[in-house]
Amino acid sequence: MAKRAAPEVNAGSMADIAFLLLIFFLVTTTIEKDSGINRKLPPIEETEPPIIKQKNIFTVLVNKNDDLLVEDEPMEIKDLRQAAIEFLDNNGDGSCAFCKGAKDPKSSDNPDKAIISLKNDRETSYAAYISVQNELVAAYNNLRNRRALEIGASKGFPKMNFIEMQALHKDVRWNGNKKKLKDLIDQIKLEIPQKLSEVVE
Amino acid sequence: MSKFKKKKDGGLAPINTASLPDIVFMLLFFFMVATVMREDTLKIKNSLPVADQIEKLDKKNPVSYIYMGKPSENYRSAGTVARIQLNDDFASVGEVASFIAAERAALREELIPFLTVSLKVDRDANMGIVGDVKQELRKVNALKINYTTGTGDVSTNME
Repeated sequence: MAKRAAPEVNAGSMADIAFLLLIFFLVTTTIEKDSGINRKLPPIEETEPPIIKQKNIFTVLVNKNDDLLVEDEPMEIKDLRQAAIEFLDNNGDGSCAFCKGAKDPKSSDNPDKAIISLKNDRETSYAAYISVQNELVAAYNNLRNRRALEIGASKGFPKMNFIEMQALHKDVRWNGNKKKLKDLIDQIKLEIPQKLSEVVE
Repeated sequence: MSKFKKKKDGGLAPINTASLPDIVFMLLFFFMVATVMREDTLKIKNSLPVADQIEKLDKKNPVSYIYMGKPSENYRSAGTVARIQLNDDFASVGEVASFIAAERAALREELIPFLTVSLKVDRDANMGIVGDVKQELRKVNALKINYTTGTGDVSTNME
């Protein structure tokens, strides 16, 4: 007996159904932005702030027209990163073995003592503020990357900068020695601490 | 009767659309995988600034969002200066503390110290309102914050 073929299902409206679903998802979802600059706010405390030498403070001021005043000199945002690196890397008292700075006695003593102070106006735009924050974080990252490349090889993580080390440490698929890497990251963080203070009126 | 002669050839063959559903499904799956459902309906303009020294927001830890920006066209009655939006509605600076308290109440106790506050602030907003919110966050001891930004060169921020 001849086998009868099953009747064919009309799939002409399949595209319409799929389009409907597609449009639903296009409307109700967003491509989420989930990255940014992490910061830790200082807790409110009544203790007197410690006295810091003026030469260890790098003041950055952003006024209401989004102009920069760095160490009492006007500056363009593109020059800020280099200026901050020079300040942090200065090594005025010679106690920092890995610094390559100018050893200017009028600038910071060492990266541990150097503090960047950021002050903004109420009318400063958020875009300008983020740009400044970004450049200052970039200065720290630049120095940390350099340090990571220097000492990484002896600790078993050669040819890797600080950012890559952090990314690797967060990567759950990586099954290397997490503890060793964490120690190395903490050591670099300790050598070049991010001391970024913000002025609140 | 030659008027009614059927045209046999010369007409184009119909385009085969059998693969159309496949293509659309492919797009559909792409969007389903690459996007997430909207959490809040924004009543404000929210175009984020860009930065290049960014870290990923750790989604393993709880995240609360605070939006700031100018009210969008439909909400002109709310004014033209930057406002705070919490959940689905405008809020004043004073409401930030209770918002954080409510977010914490919804969390398991051991996760509370890891709560990160993501600040999604419009690039044209003033720092005044952001500073006020930061001060409120300090008061309630929510110290982990993240300035959520896009990825790009900072020189494009100032245009």
